[in-house]
Amino acid sequence: MDPAAIWHRLLPLSPVIRAGRLFVGAVIVFAGTLLPGSHTTESGAITRAVIGVVVIAFGVVSWLVTRWRVEGNDLRIETGLIRRSSLRFPLPQIQAIDVVRPVLARIFGLAELRLRMGGATAGSARLAYLTASHADTVRAQLLALARGTAIQPETQESPERVLVRLPAGRLIGSLILGSPTVTVLVMAGAIAGAAALSPRAAIGILSSSSAIAIGMVTVIWRRLNGAYNLTVAEAHDGLRVRSGLLDTTAETIPRGRVQAVRMVEPLLWRPLGWCRLEVDVAGRQHRGGENNPERRQLRAVLPVGSRQEAESLLARILPDAPRERTRPPSRARWKAPLRFHNLSWGHNERCAVTTTGRLARITSWVPLTKVQSLRLVQGPAQRGLRLATIYLDTAGHSVHAAIRDRDADEAREQLGELTVLCRAARTAQGFR
Amino acid sequence: MEPTCLRWPDVQPDFSVAPRVAVQSAVILDPVSDTSTTATDQEEVWLRPSPRLGTMRRVEVLGVTALAAAIVLVMTAIRFVAGAPVDLATAVILIVAIALAGVLSDRWAQRRVRAWAYRERDDDLLVRRGVMVSRLSVIPYGRMQFIDVVAGPIERAFGLATVRMHTAAASSDARIPGLTQIEAGRLRDHLAQLGEAKAAGL
Repeated sequence: MDPAAIWHRLLPLSPVIRAGRLFVGAVIVFAGTLLPGSHTTESGAITRAVIGVVVIAFGVVSWLVTRWRVEGNDLRIETGLIRRSSLRFPLPQIQAIDVVRPVLARIFGLAELRLRMGGATAGSARLAYLTASHADTVRAQLLALARGTAIQPETQESPERVLVRLPAGRLIGSLILGSPTVTVLVMAGAIAGAAALSPRAAIGILSSSSAIAIGMVTVIWRRLNGAYNLTVAEAHDGLRVRSGLLDTTAETIPRGRVQAVRMVEPLLWRPLGWCRLEVDVAGRQHRGGENNPERRQLRAVLPVGSRQEAESLLARILPDAPRERTRPPSRARWKAPLRFHNLSWGHNERCAVTTTGRLARITSWVPLTKVQSLRLVQGPAQRGLRLATIYLDTAGHSVHAAIRDRDADEAREQLGELTVLCRAARTAQGFR
Repeated sequence: MEPTCLRWPDVQPDFSVAPRVAVQSAVILDPVSDTSTTATDQEEVWLRPSPRLGTMRRVEVLGVTALAAAIVLVMTAIRFVAGAPVDLATAVILIVAIALAGVLSDRWAQRRVRAWAYRERDDDLLVRRGVMVSRLSVIPYGRMQFIDVVAGPIERAFGLATVRMHTAAASSDARIPGLTQIEAGRLRDHLAQLGEAKAAGL
């Protein structure tokens, strides 16, 4: 079956799954009125029924008018009843492909396919929902097309080599030592302290801080749900990151799409030697979608792991990370007293690495082929101390590599050298 | 438009007023460029915004100052008409303070105008700016995704425009204000042409 030839539809079950999320929300909102004892009026019930029917009807219409197919090197999605839109997504520009499966979709064996495109204005293409096996096949085919190889009918999941598996115990440990937990504990301590002095004040604090507490618990839950059972594997079509407790996400980052890598070592994890490794990919954050997992633009390929694990993983993602690093001049201590002990940077002809951070130590690696522009910045305090900072701008969103507080003359020389190296890296890549 | 406005060979980069660092960085960066330029024509390569940008900034500062002074005057006049006691001394002090602030911000604005400079090299565009915080950006032509020419109402009245260079990185944010519209058009076309020739993927 040639996938280029025919228009595909999404699964007929899709509107139900989509509405399902709304339905759950509606139940929560109307839960009070559904309880026995609270009198439900007939008109209220009718309103609810009408809302339900309208939601389902919208879903069905949206499903009816949506179709997609692969045309040459593009994925084309047509949708919309009144405002008909035909979206074209050039496959060679795919930055990453995600297979997202919310709980409800998992129950029915469905999956959503999401393509992350490059460019500041490009969004992401979404196919919700396909059957889970079909989604995997389509992903493999799209990735093959993105690489420029023709799809064979038997293009299936390629074999993979597992690099890292995250034990649940360590994940929970890391969450306990994370900042939300610390916040909750500090708040609990404050409330306990207040209670010892005056119970009345404690109740006041409790009621006002409960919203924050709920928020923190949500954050912890989301991290647990997001990173549970995480597996990083390497296949010939890229790096695969799978994880999830209730909602699962499987992400594929094709080779050479990594804009930057960042390693974060929070203060609380330092005694245990743990760190977090994150990968930055180009493509705009897609806000307000119906599913949450896409919020995580900066993907933690290793939410918590030992330095050794992080370094072996880094070696797979960026094979030629520079080893040596140099420290800034000691007068930089006056400009950045908290950061100073973490500042350093190094580079070779392929990649630059910088470290910074006040409490947590943040190490960023940027492949020079991905550097978009370079900036040399000198603020008033830096001018007084003859220091300067070089920024390496990348198309990623969260990793900001900066070579901070170097000697001004050295920084100028390095800017020149980095300019040449970046150009050489671009040329080597086949571009000019 | 007079042809001398295409470039400003007569307006030599005024290194005495430009921030020291930016000047040095320009010199340091020169060995990098493939063009084996001699020290004499290097100085000509740095281009600057039109001198009219200084006038425009002065007019802007003047407008804001006049507005602030007018508010003080109107308030005083209203009190006078209403028959309330008028504190003339305060009004005078306020007006003097506003005038002083206007003069100071004009000086500052002029220094900032003089700090802008750009240079087209073989593979990249250099833009330097800033007095308090001096910045030097290196934007390779191949990395430019698109180029905007923007002219607001005040800029249009002075026949000026701002050229913005966009790369895939949101933090790049390079722009050159106060170009004559001819120069802005030339720069845009030139950059677009070079960008096409040297385009690099993400």
